[in-house]
Amino acid sequence: MSARTGVDEGLWRELAPQTLGRLLRTYGSAQFDVCEDAVQDALLDAHRQWATRPPDDPQAWLTATARRRYVDRVRSDVRRRDREDRVARLDAPLAGKAARGDDALLLLQLCCHPDLPRSAQVALTLRAVAGLTTAQIANAYQLPETTIAQRITRAKRRLADDGSGFPRPEHTGERLGPVLDVLYVMLTEAHHTTSGAPARDADLAAEAIHLARLLRQASPQSTEVAGLLALMLLTEARHPARVGPLDRLVPLDEQDRTRWDRALVDEGLALLDAVVPGASPGPYLLQACIAGVHARATDTASTDWAEIQVLYALLERATGGRNPTISLNRIVAQAMNTGPEAVLASLDALAAAHPRLPRVDAVRAHLLERAGRTAEAASAYRRAIAATVNVAEQRHLRERLRRLGDG
Amino acid sequence: MKYVILMQVDPAVLEQLTPEQQQVIGEGHSAFIAATKESGEFVATQALGDPSRSKVVRAGGDRPEVTDGPFVEAKEFMGGFYLLDVEDEARAVELATQIPDARIPGLALEVRPVVFADLGDG
Repeated sequence: MSARTGVDEGLWRELAPQTLGRLLRTYGSAQFDVCEDAVQDALLDAHRQWATRPPDDPQAWLTATARRRYVDRVRSDVRRRDREDRVARLDAPLAGKAARGDDALLLLQLCCHPDLPRSAQVALTLRAVAGLTTAQIANAYQLPETTIAQRITRAKRRLADDGSGFPRPEHTGERLGPVLDVLYVMLTEAHHTTSGAPARDADLAAEAIHLARLLRQASPQSTEVAGLLALMLLTEARHPARVGPLDRLVPLDEQDRTRWDRALVDEGLALLDAVVPGASPGPYLLQACIAGVHARATDTASTDWAEIQVLYALLERATGGRNPTISLNRIVAQAMNTGPEAVLASLDALAAAHPRLPRVDAVRAHLLERAGRTAEAASAYRRAIAATVNVAEQRHLRERLRRLGDG
Repeated sequence: MKYVILMQVDPAVLEQLTPEQQQVIGEGHSAFIAATKESGEFVATQALGDPSRSKVVRAGGDRPEVTDGPFVEAKEFMGGFYLLDVEDEARAVELATQIPDARIPGLALEVRPVVFADLGDG
């Protein structure tokens, strides 16, 4: 279709959410369904007409066409009781001129409404902003289409019932938090699908990065957005080295770093270099900096673990000490600086405070193995295997346990 | 995060239920299915036939052996399951407490995380 219309796929994906955002801003988030249908109609019109008559300004053309399609749909919708009300709103003026990219950002914020459960925020974002079909989302999460469809329907209804309506540009900062979180969840789920092997969903990772780029365009001044995008790029860059033969998970310290995607690493590092952090760097920027330290090292031995330990300590403070996984990672970094024996007591204290914390047994097993306490390491590996719900991770732990027996 | 809620049933307990209790259980399950579908957490449910209809396939000498009857002699059997996709384990447990079996002495529910899923193409 791109060859026929002369429009590349990237532009479509930029134009569609932008157009939907504009319509929603005019007609209100209660009209989510109709607006979405109108945008679909306009995209079809574009596919038919742009091949022979390409517009000067594709965005303006699409928006104007989608508005006409919206009007058509509302006028022909005789069954709805609130028809008169909506027809009256058709002539509502634009809420104000927005810079390019802003409407897509507002749409993202709308989809990540803080009142929606995280799973609904993610589903709605993938549907409305990324333009994935319900079937594609269902496939990415290995859920039935009806489950995803129901989540999206319910989310739209919640948005329609919510009086606050479409987010306003001046509130961009306030509602950015949930958007960053949703994109981050998308990325971590793409790389760590708890539902099973393989441990990565390429579509989901690509969508998350695409949306983060969109967000970066729309808020270039935010260091957290830059941090999130850099973190995503540096994480994605590791993928070729992360999954070994037979879907085996290769941990960071065993990865062949020459297989990392150099272009993504360079882009991520360049982003970090360009950021001028404020007085207190946020959690995403700090995580990106940690990934950056790994990306600059050629292997585990040459990694600046002292720097990583400091960054994790800052991250612990930035998140109010509420995330025990961060503390666990700080302990791992500390062990690289001080040796495994010195941190076992802190690990036990953390495990006692958070009995259900994932990966504690895997970390303990690894530390005990490095300390030469083989028998204790073996029983910790067994506990870790029982506790993990990720198939690739289970395989990796079994492999470590087997090697322990050989050594 | 997907969880399976296994329904442990005891045929002796089921036989002694009053018609009113049976009706409460039936309606309770219907309401549970409707509520989890509405919330977008429902994935699937299956009720299993009586264990007397089980066949057991296990490794034999040259080839797998097939025998009648349940896998192990036990008072309780798996009667069926719900497959749900929920935010976390706490939510899975909360939903399990809403299943009517949770109010019948002698019946029980087991909540376990799913580690691999392939639901096919449709």
